[in-house]
Amino acid sequence: MKFPYSFPLTRAFCLYMGQASLLAWEALTSILAGRIRWRLVVRQIVEIGFGSQAVVIVTGIFTGAVFTAQIFFQFNALNMSTAVGPVVSVALFRELGPVLTGLMVAGRVGAAMSAEIGTMKVTEQIDALRALAVNPIDYLVVPRAVALMFSMPLLVGECIFFALSASYVVATRILNVNSVFFLHHMEAYTHSKDMVMALTKGFVFAVIVAIVGCQQGLTTRNGAVGVGRSTTDAVVISSLTILMVNFFLTMALNIVFPAGQARY
Amino acid sequence: MSSGEKNLIEVRGLRQTFGGQEILKGVDLDIPRGKTLVLLGQSGGGKSVFLRHLIGLLKPISGSIRVEGEEIAGLDERELEPVRRKIGMLFQDGALFDSMTVFENVSFPLRERGLRDEKEIRQKVQKALELVALSGQENKMPANLSGGMRKRAALARVIISEPSCILYDEPTAGLDPIVSDTINRLIRRLQSHLHVTSIVVTHDMISTNHIADRVALLRTGKIHFEGSLESLHASQDPVIRDFIEGRSHEID
Repeated sequence: MKFPYSFPLTRAFCLYMGQASLLAWEALTSILAGRIRWRLVVRQIVEIGFGSQAVVIVTGIFTGAVFTAQIFFQFNALNMSTAVGPVVSVALFRELGPVLTGLMVAGRVGAAMSAEIGTMKVTEQIDALRALAVNPIDYLVVPRAVALMFSMPLLVGECIFFALSASYVVATRILNVNSVFFLHHMEAYTHSKDMVMALTKGFVFAVIVAIVGCQQGLTTRNGAVGVGRSTTDAVVISSLTILMVNFFLTMALNIVFPAGQARY
Repeated sequence: MSSGEKNLIEVRGLRQTFGGQEILKGVDLDIPRGKTLVLLGQSGGGKSVFLRHLIGLLKPISGSIRVEGEEIAGLDERELEPVRRKIGMLFQDGALFDSMTVFENVSFPLRERGLRDEKEIRQKVQKALELVALSGQENKMPANLSGGMRKRAALARVIISEPSCILYDEPTAGLDPIVSDTINRLIRRLQSHLHVTSIVVTHDMISTNHIADRVALLRTGKIHFEGSLESLHASQDPVIRDFIEGRSHEID
């Protein structure tokens, strides 16, 4: 077993995965044991969920608008402009909504989590918590993870709602697609399982952002420079992980929720 | 009285390494119940590292740490919680929670231990802040306090849960002589009135002379001397004399 350890990157990767898995396990056992501080969860929902709405809404609106325009330009040449609605809708529910929300939340919330916990680590506040017989997993990680697991699916839904609204406005008001056909086709091709897929992905991405952000914060060292590095790493690692996990999640979820046929 | 009843904490053969460097090389030390033990030593000599082992913030490579007869060296975080409720720790820079006011910081241990009566919490916080001469500062954020005030607020946070033992990590470092004297008097008062066992890590001899019942000197990762304050001053050991008189032989 010496071979993989001869590569520093392999060793660092294994070490990181081990630490992150351990943190996820400790957070899970804490949640299952009922050690959830609901007051802190509510506070985190306000900070994480409520505070992320503007970013998610703007992302949704402009993604929906530009995606609609591009699909229209391609489909209109084939005389299929009324198919814009279903394509945009299914793409938003199955991929763009959850992934873009995940990336935006990773940038905003993952960075904030890592910076806050990292600063607490380098200023001995985490040790002070432990010395006061308060478990940092219970006090810092679990409320953030639970708040994010609750908020992220809602944010995904909000992102998709605003993206579809923007898509409707762009398609019917600017690009002159027939609104009845647009909505009718969209409704016919969009299934509840697409929505379940979006919410499932949102939940999984929430776990990734929470664990990576908290893990980076809790392992911060070397003062202000270390906090800066942890914050950057939290965003980079969680964003890349979301993109990679999304592929495997799509493949797996497509077995459970296969892409649907039109309901005419 | 057995040694377990006489001593609150007993440390045997404590070893610790960081980055391949051995910081503690087998420390043996008894901390007598209800007394103030001052642990002296050079900066970077492992005093704070030793202190952190006594509350389980660091796990030793080997050795034994017994608190009231219970071995804590192998305990995990959750198993350590009852021990940590008995022992408080004052960190070098206070380690106040910077997102909370002084009141929220000091009331934090009470709320975490399930106290919900706001009137009772307010009374206890007032009493603790009075004890450290910080009345009227409840609504300030830690960033708006001076170094001495931060340390005193942190001490109020420690004493509010009435621990039987308090660990002080450099309590007077970076403070002016007047504030240092306030802290020293406070440590003394806690010991004489509440019979709190105190372990004070410092290299401040003025503070040592004021508060110590017993003194230990940590040198090169081991306890070089352990005894009463009088025997420390009476010692003719050149290492101890150099430390007491603040003499260095490194640059002449």
